Amino acid sequence: MAKKKVKVIKVNADECNGCRACEVFCAAFHAQPPHSSVNPAKARIRVIHDPIKNIFLPILAGPYTVAECPARNKYTIDGREYEECAFCGASCPSRGYFKDPDSGLPLKCDACETEPPLEEPWCVKVCLTDALTYEEREEEVEEEKLDELEIGLESLVDRYGLDKVMDTLARIAASKRG
Amino acid sequence: MRYAETGYNLEIDLSRGSVEKMPTDPKWTELFLGGLGTNVKILWDRVGPEIEPFSPDNLLILSAGLLEGTPAIGANRTIISAGVSPQTSLMAFSMMGGFLGPELKHAGYDKLIIRGKSPDLVYLWINNDKVEIRDASHLKGKGALETANLIREELNEPRAQVAAIGLAGENRVYFASVEHFRSSASRLGLGAIMGDKGLKAIAVRGTKDIYVAQPSRFVELCDEVLQYIKWRQENPIKGVPAILATIGAPQEMKLTDESWHTTSFAWGHARQRRKDFWNEEVEKRWTEIHEKAIKRLVSCYNCPNRCGAIIAYPALELPTYMMKCYTKLTYVMAALTDNLEFGYKIAGKAHDYGIDGFTAPQVMAFAIELYEAGILTDKDLPGFPSSNEERFFYLLEKIVRREGIGDILANGVYWAARQIGRGAEEFDHNTTKKHEQMVIKLGMLNPIYFLMYGTGEKANITQIEGQIPQAPLPKDYREEFIKDWPQVPTKYAERFKQFILEWGDEGKVFPFYPPIDLICELVEWQETMHYIDDSTGICAGLSSFPIKPPYHIRNLPLFISAATGMDMDEDKLWEVARRIRNFVRAYNVRRGLRRQDDYPPKDHWKKRFPEYEEKLLDSYYEFKGWNKEGIPTKKTLEKLGLDYVAEDLIKRGILKDEEVPSRETLGETEKK
Repeated sequence: MAKKKVKVIKVNADECNGCRACEVFCAAFHAQPPHSSVNPAKARIRVIHDPIKNIFLPILAGPYTVAECPARNKYTIDGREYEECAFCGASCPSRGYFKDPDSGLPLKCDACETEPPLEEPWCVKVCLTDALTYEEREEEVEEEKLDELEIGLESLVDRYGLDKVMDTLARIAASKRG
Repeated sequence: MRYAETGYNLEIDLSRGSVEKMPTDPKWTELFLGGLGTNVKILWDRVGPEIEPFSPDNLLILSAGLLEGTPAIGANRTIISAGVSPQTSLMAFSMMGGFLGPELKHAGYDKLIIRGKSPDLVYLWINNDKVEIRDASHLKGKGALETANLIREELNEPRAQVAAIGLAGENRVYFASVEHFRSSASRLGLGAIMGDKGLKAIAVRGTKDIYVAQPSRFVELCDEVLQYIKWRQENPIKGVPAILATIGAPQEMKLTDESWHTTSFAWGHARQRRKDFWNEEVEKRWTEIHEKAIKRLVSCYNCPNRCGAIIAYPALELPTYMMKCYTKLTYVMAALTDNLEFGYKIAGKAHDYGIDGFTAPQVMAFAIELYEAGILTDKDLPGFPSSNEERFFYLLEKIVRREGIGDILANGVYWAARQIGRGAEEFDHNTTKKHEQMVIKLGMLNPIYFLMYGTGEKANITQIEGQIPQAPLPKDYREEFIKDWPQVPTKYAERFKQFILEWGDEGKVFPFYPPIDLICELVEWQETMHYIDDSTGICAGLSSFPIKPPYHIRNLPLFISAATGMDMDEDKLWEVARRIRNFVRAYNVRRGLRRQDDYPPKDHWKKRFPEYEEKLLDSYYEFKGWNKEGIPTKKTLEKLGLDYVAEDLIKRGILKDEEVPSRETLGETEKK
């Protein structure tokens, strides 16, 4: 069994005061060279800040995706309606969040990975209200199991028929091997 | 490359509908930093003394400070100035927190300089390099917060930061404010100037970089400040009232103990104290209401202090709004009511109309006094209700619409008293420089506050005080207090520490203690810190306003150096602040300010000492390098590099060429 370090930035939206220090210091740290410039629009965290609705919600940037979701989501919690796809951290074509305003390149939280490592990511460090806290833990990761691949292949066979899957595999194999 | 600042201002002419991006002179940054400092330079150059408040040539400047847009904690103030205040006819300046200043920097501008008048109501939409003057006719009469929300919706940009005026600004009420988020630039009628220009709101979105000259040093300094704030939140100052013990604005959204304001400040039209007001029953009732009303404590941009609150409470029958500090009490105390709910309710309406929460309640209480004295009658106030609470709502509606008597009251106590006549002037007892003062009426003259009240250009005490406790500290705490006090200026450190140690001992009490030279120094220190903040954009709540703040005269030069790459130290920064302070003074002098305007209200203290007070003023003027009329001398101005200011004042016959103060000014006082 292998071990993997899991970094968790915990978000307690009830404690968020909406100051956006997390955005400021995130953007500064990820500037080149670090801290040489600031631009919250380049942060890998954003605070949804809607005082009238009492919504203060830090969202961390997640993975980049080329595809829009077929269905958007809109949540109402405790009578407060959140903006569309509020809780999603993806940099996606359906909206402008988590893209570098100059280059359009996607931005993703890396928990301030650096060498030597920081005690905690900058967003957590500057959050004195403890809306953001940090935790590291080790998780045991099981070796990749073959049967998962089998399950996957079987479902493809179910969907497309054995012949089609075999043909496709053969064609991919041929092209990969040149 | 320019560091910390963008190097550009946006010039907007609303008469012609033109917009120009103008580069700024880096030399000005060295001389005046930014914010208020460069505002006054622009106003001096472009707004002559002949210009009237509602002239198209009156400039309205919305400025960010020098350190805004950098990671400096709490550098977020929008410093708004106008060449002429409708109320005082002097320079108008007021600041507000929130998010607008930093957003403006990220849009690529240090300032918006607005001149002219739009024939129709418009708003500005600044989206990085794209600037539009847009129709706002559909926003006419809308509340300030509502306007901000409508604009964000119509632009489909929830991240746009908006400052707006309400009905009061549109109707040029002399104490109309500019409102943004939980903050407002309230003092001296800036909302009226904005309304006069036909400008309903300013919306800004910016996504550009701001550069820092020495990145690792700068972030280290930010971290130190942050750690100190954390420590101070856990270690309040001892021996002072709870709401003054921490940093930030007085924490009246968080704390429910209101004994200090309710028992030391004056109620009604700044008339009587209610020393026995605060008791267990009131505390219980008020705490209950407070807890029901406040939904969340909120902060301004990049600041951990939660000085503001979201107010939503069904009993108020009001849309959600935000508030901070002492506004929850100003209307309650002026209306002489014990009902805190009334305070939340009327403040919510007043915020939306956009009026000054200090001045408005005073004007209303003044009107009630006139009514009770028979000077205003039912003819002036048709259908005037019988309870004070209802009367306040009645007056609020009249004032913001300038309806009937509201048209006169909308000019503030000073002007209204003179327009009403019939003895109303006698009731104008709490204005200085034609501006409503804090409602404090105490016993013994405080010589330090005497000077700060009287001579402050802001005409407003709360924005000039802060570095020392308001009363002597408990004897057994003094040693501990001074042991750990890096905030004191190096050149005065020993003297100020000695003052804290002695103050309150037998014979060392107001009014004849401390010695006058020490009084002048203490006043200058406190002023200096405010002038620095107003130019860097750092919130007073982290710097000039509380005792032992995280930012002070010793670390601010380090911040400025690391951010801008300029070579700044304590002495140089002191000099810059002195330059700005003298410049604002000279600007106001050119508009007519003289010694006679430098007195606090006559009834501010019961025990007054006319001869001693004259001596205080003389000594302070001398210390500042001003002549007997409170005008900076030629020598003082020249020493600060303001030769052209001296020349102008001499040409106008305001200053004499050979004039020197009785003692040789700056140099000698410093040598002591």
